[in-house]
Amino acid sequence: MENGGPLFRMEGISKRYGGVRALENAGLSVRAGAIHAVLGENGAGKSTLIKIMAGVVAADDGQMTLGGQPVKFASPAAANAAGIACVFQELSLIPELSVADNIVISNPPTRFGMIDRKAQRRLAEEALARAGAADIHPLALVKDLPLSRKQIVEIAKALARKPRILILDEATSALTAADVSKVFAVLKRLRAEGLALVYISHRMNEIAELADDCTVFRNGSKVASYAAGSKSDGEVIEMMIGREYHSVYPAKPSRLAQTAPVLETRNLSWADRLHDISFSLRSGEIVGLGGLDGQGQRDLLLALFGVLRGLRGTILIDGSPISISSPAQARRRGVGMALIPEDRKTEGLMLPMTVRDNLSLASLDRLTRGGIIDSAKEESAVNQMMTLLAIKAGNIDAPVGALSGGNQQKVVIAKWLMRQPRIVLLNDPTRGIDVGTKQEIYLLLRRLADAGAAILFYSTDYAELIGCCDRVLVLYDGAVKRELVGAEITERALIASALNIPSAEPTHQEPAQ
Amino acid sequence: MNDWQYRLAEHRGALTAVAVFVVMFIIYTANHPAGLTANVIQTAANKGVLLAFVAMAQTMVVITAGIDLSVGMIFLLTNCLASWLVVGSPLETTFGIVVVLAVGALCGAINGAIVIYGRLQPIVATIATGAIYFGLALLLRPFPGGSVNEGLADALTGRIFGIVPASLVALAAVVVLIWVPFSRSVYGRAAYAAGSSETAAYMSGMPIRRGKLLAYTLSGLVAALGGLFLTFFTYTGDAAFASGNAYTLFSIAAVVLGGVSLFGGKGSAIGAVFGALAFRTIGDLLFVFDLDPLWQPLFQGLILLAAISLGALALFRVRNRLEWFL
Repeated sequence: MENGGPLFRMEGISKRYGGVRALENAGLSVRAGAIHAVLGENGAGKSTLIKIMAGVVAADDGQMTLGGQPVKFASPAAANAAGIACVFQELSLIPELSVADNIVISNPPTRFGMIDRKAQRRLAEEALARAGAADIHPLALVKDLPLSRKQIVEIAKALARKPRILILDEATSALTAADVSKVFAVLKRLRAEGLALVYISHRMNEIAELADDCTVFRNGSKVASYAAGSKSDGEVIEMMIGREYHSVYPAKPSRLAQTAPVLETRNLSWADRLHDISFSLRSGEIVGLGGLDGQGQRDLLLALFGVLRGLRGTILIDGSPISISSPAQARRRGVGMALIPEDRKTEGLMLPMTVRDNLSLASLDRLTRGGIIDSAKEESAVNQMMTLLAIKAGNIDAPVGALSGGNQQKVVIAKWLMRQPRIVLLNDPTRGIDVGTKQEIYLLLRRLADAGAAILFYSTDYAELIGCCDRVLVLYDGAVKRELVGAEITERALIASALNIPSAEPTHQEPAQ
Repeated sequence: MNDWQYRLAEHRGALTAVAVFVVMFIIYTANHPAGLTANVIQTAANKGVLLAFVAMAQTMVVITAGIDLSVGMIFLLTNCLASWLVVGSPLETTFGIVVVLAVGALCGAINGAIVIYGRLQPIVATIATGAIYFGLALLLRPFPGGSVNEGLADALTGRIFGIVPASLVALAAVVVLIWVPFSRSVYGRAAYAAGSSETAAYMSGMPIRRGKLLAYTLSGLVAALGGLFLTFFTYTGDAAFASGNAYTLFSIAAVVLGGVSLFGGKGSAIGAVFGALAFRTIGDLLFVFDLDPLWQPLFQGLILLAAISLGALALFRVRNRLEWFL
């Protein structure tokens, strides 16, 4: 292969999921001995692109060439065989098997038809050493390792396949700073050894340190490719945003009454995932949780809702400290909390049960007489919610799984609104639903707030945070890094603080911790 | 932690089963009127070995995160078949054994194919196939009867050198020749991986389907070995519905006692074998203590409950309550 020419090239790649366009005429070209950074917002199509590259999904359209030869991968195994290894964001490790078992899993050394455990041990130790993690014991079970160590094992596993192209999808998002520097040393060595590396990260400082080439994606298409260092951070963020958003958001109240906080936390910490989180939430206000995916937002909501054990710090309701040790306690009178979970299919709904049953599920204690469900009361409460949220269901006795995604999400929300909660926690409630329903949800949130509810709203969509929230807390590595208030909430400020780099435009500095 | 601590942790479930069994067996022999004699051991071994084979068969399926409710019926079917075929000259007997084992393996493979390629839930698929296997057994032996090569039967259920029960040696040989190679093969690992996280196994490009099919097939084969030994012990074939069901349910209890996770991906057949032996000893214990037979099922249940509760202690360490439900 001639020096400097592309080792791997993708052209005209398109992919749709159902009616949703994930990639449209996208391309990427990587060379040996270089690190190629792929940038883009959540949902820009980066993950789909590398899944196609790694043989996990097939493209609808487009060509790929490896070393000048056209290639097609029917499965991850085929991509592996061609020398493409991938470190996935969702770990592909088998929890009940040992580190060594996992590292050699796709091609274990055998002797007389059985796995040669000595050879396996040796290969695993080599791969771990190459990944800069000789301290991980090969016999440890993967499920017992902390997330950052699992991520390193995942890298070692990819290296054990002796790839020509190594793809890292958010490979450092779960790592501590010490681990990151180790991984960087490894990546630089691999580059010197002549591997082509594709590196996906949201962290601008990492890209500045590592990358040789960069490609920016937006809305499923390539925006630009450039040599690293030829664009400023500001220009890169400009390219990542680039889209206009229509005003689908209800007007925010010009000024909020300074009432006493309904919910307050002081130095909330949990395991190594949440660190000293202190904030307050007032009635009538919508507070957003921002930041990159997986920086502790979900853990914070679960902590407030009584799901996590071993929580340190204080939670105050109406100014008095309280201990919440289960969702049942979080929703009780006097607290009045509700959590709209992230994954409606597993945590929000009983899919085979009817719309009626799902709606009344969280309020059954209020709909019973002598322990028996009062069907007249249930009927009227259910009907009220169906009207309030305009839930489109052919029949309330149809299984909720038959509704569209947007209507399912409305059922999840309605189920909790039936209790008239004072504090509403939402975990990315608009993910995967259509624009019309999104707009209805935004209106509903504002109406609830106007009626006196306090709302804590996590979203991976920056535009939503800007459009809906009165304040936004930006989390990074389990801690609140920045609080943006009112007009400070801009896409630029959100991205900059989510990436934990100083904002390109001057803003009023909140006391960052 | 060093190597042996990791190995210890890996085999904790099996070692617990060994310990439970040893403690129970010591109590049992200490209170047995005859004490620890070769005869007592031989009787205990012959009772335990049958369940041990069935439990080993169950383990193969359970590690893939499945469950086999037909295992007791494969055991019965092969027993009935052996009572026709495992007779006569050494050549005929050998042929009979081969056919019996092949039929067991085929039953297992059918279960596997339905679960893997038909994408049916193992629990219902094996209820259905179990009924079919029992139906076939009933056709073979509408009434108890038949015979077996008695010379072979006596050799395999007697004692070697007057001390070691031959059935235990046979059980150990099966573990060494079938379980150990399987668990250390690429397909065995694929079966474990599929049980632990099928998505991750797929993403890693493992031969999941072949691994699971092999696990189901070997499960049928080992259940057939159990069926053969049942014939050697009883000299007859008997399609006894209650007995088949009891073996199926006891095999699940034995597997759990042996530290095999019903969620898949974890545990070994060796643990399950000791789980089976411990389970059998529970019954014998109540016998030597001369407990009123009326109370025996109740006490057997209580002891079993206490033994399997040992495995639930880890739940106290969970920090995210959502993990209780995983």
